[in-house]
Amino acid sequence: MSIRLRLILVLTLATSAIWLSAALWINVSTRAQVERVLDARLSEAANMVSSLMADRRIALNDGTGHATIALPMETGYSRHLSCQIWSLQGDLLGASSGAPDAVLSDKDGFTTTRIHDEPWRVFTVVNPQAGVRVMVGDRMEVRDRLVGDVVQGLLWPLAVIFPALALLIWVSVGRGLAPLAHLEGALLSRQPDDLRPLPETPDPREIRPVRRALNNLFRRLDDVRRTERDFTAFAAHELKTPLAGLRTHAQIARMATDPAVRDRALAAIATSVDRTDRMVRQLLDLTAIDQGAAPVERLDVAALLADIIQQAEDQAHARRVRLVTQADDLPPLSAPRILILSALRNLVENAIQHSPPGGTVSLTALCNGPGIRFVVRDEGPGIRPQDRDRATDRFWRGPGREVHGSGLGLAIVAAAVQRMGGRLDLGQGQGGQEVALTLPLSDTLQDRGGS
Amino acid sequence: MRILIVEDDPVLSDGLTVGLGLSGFTADAVASLADARAALAHSDFAGVVLDIMLPDGLGTDLLAEMRAAGNLMPVLLLTARDQVRDRIAGLDGGADDYLGKPFDLDELAARIRAMLRRQGGRASPVLRWNGLELDPAAMTALQDGNRLRLSRREFAILHALAERPGHILSRAQLEERLYGWQEDVESNTVEVHIHHLRAKLGREVIQTVRGLGYCMAASGPVPG
Repeated sequence: MSIRLRLILVLTLATSAIWLSAALWINVSTRAQVERVLDARLSEAANMVSSLMADRRIALNDGTGHATIALPMETGYSRHLSCQIWSLQGDLLGASSGAPDAVLSDKDGFTTTRIHDEPWRVFTVVNPQAGVRVMVGDRMEVRDRLVGDVVQGLLWPLAVIFPALALLIWVSVGRGLAPLAHLEGALLSRQPDDLRPLPETPDPREIRPVRRALNNLFRRLDDVRRTERDFTAFAAHELKTPLAGLRTHAQIARMATDPAVRDRALAAIATSVDRTDRMVRQLLDLTAIDQGAAPVERLDVAALLADIIQQAEDQAHARRVRLVTQADDLPPLSAPRILILSALRNLVENAIQHSPPGGTVSLTALCNGPGIRFVVRDEGPGIRPQDRDRATDRFWRGPGREVHGSGLGLAIVAAAVQRMGGRLDLGQGQGGQEVALTLPLSDTLQDRGGS
Repeated sequence: MRILIVEDDPVLSDGLTVGLGLSGFTADAVASLADARAALAHSDFAGVVLDIMLPDGLGTDLLAEMRAAGNLMPVLLLTARDQVRDRIAGLDGGADDYLGKPFDLDELAARIRAMLRRQGGRASPVLRWNGLELDPAAMTALQDGNRLRLSRREFAILHALAERPGHILSRAQLEERLYGWQEDVESNTVEVHIHHLRAKLGREVIQTVRGLGYCMAASGPVPG
């Protein structure tokens, strides 16, 4: 249901309910007032007639005919006031014009009776001196009409006001909701890729949080999209450059007449293919980590280390780097295999790449309280302290051109560690770089969603 | 023609150096903006092949610096960022040409030649002067219709002198044109090449200006 319709319903129903209960209350209290006033008048009129009788100022014919008494109450609502004078013996001595023939009441004081199927209010007073009983009554209908007129006077305006009120609410709610409609229009007219903040307009206070929240959302979406775009642009750049190298060297190999130049070009082609292969593998790793759908497995740590070493052996051999592993006796690690493997593999590959020829790279697994700590050490120059914050950025490369990696290695490690709920420490070891990766060892380790 | 290559990828950089060398250029490579600034300040290059994404900044920033300093050296942007808008931004930012990676080595060489030719105010790729015809693309020289057999270095010296006949180039300037940083220059090598050229072309083509260097007689090239 629209806010407008709901407001109109609530407001008109509430207004009507208040009005109706007011009318009801007024009905009750007015009736009581009217009864009191009219009853007083009945008794006053009866007593007046009775006292006139006592003074003999009204002469009654002794016959049975009706005497017409001119009572000074012949206008408006009082027109139906009727008077009967009865002898104490029960003979009708006189009656006002229009008074019914039947006896008005058979009791003294106030009574409510039915005469000719109409309810009457009657006051009877007995005058023993004059030997008469004076009855003055009026029809209840008169009283009902009086009260009804008062209440109707209240209800008529409601009938007029109700639609006016509804119209007023409709219009003002419409105006009140106009900023929302503007907001809707502004959002609908946007291009799908337009994530600029909504323009500052003099919104009512209620709309401002909505606009703020929307702008906040836009900003975050824009950040995510920019990161993705940057990543794609970087990835394209990073893949195109080795391709350009490949193509250039292929052309050189074809053009060159000098066998030495040709051999060098062919060697460069082989290197480029290896690098491109590693980069594609790393991009795939990163995609897998970002998607985060990897199942958690129970992994034997020693076997894991053996796997890593085996995969890195060729690279280590080519750079004449010695690989050493050492593992405590550890319980199985529950983690997604692809995450832990790609994290450790990239650490070891990085370490080999940055090792001086003849150097040693060690991979150690230690029990660390409730967790497990993997430490990779090399004897290379290490990451400069001022670069440590940036070192895990995607495509960040350290200075110096002896080693040319993809700039993805540590980014992969950082992403994988974050997904596993672990911690990555880039520190300076003795005479080289030391990277520590701490993971919780609990069996309840789940693949943490989100990034 | 000596070209500066600014490219941080070592394999591609090596390929460019060797490949442009095979196309008749002398190429020197640097891998960062800082090195490129130093190289431009201290050596004389005919043109620059510039990557955009470099470890210490954007190649386009270096280009803007050069243009702001009034340096009109021809610059070709060689980059993986080859969307239309990147190319427009690069060219409008002062680049003379733009080539996306991966590229064809021959095309790159042809574009560099065209760029240098425009710099020299010539539309024709072939240099003609007094019956001498030089085609830098094919690295061939004709004298009165006869093909001359010139080595790569001999051709480069003849090319340098024929670009501006009458203009004197010192031995050091010629050496700069001929050799990159990695190459050792023997002290009398330019004299040896000039000597060989005179033997092939005739003595009067290249004149020695005592104490200054060499030039081609300024009797004017025949417009091509």
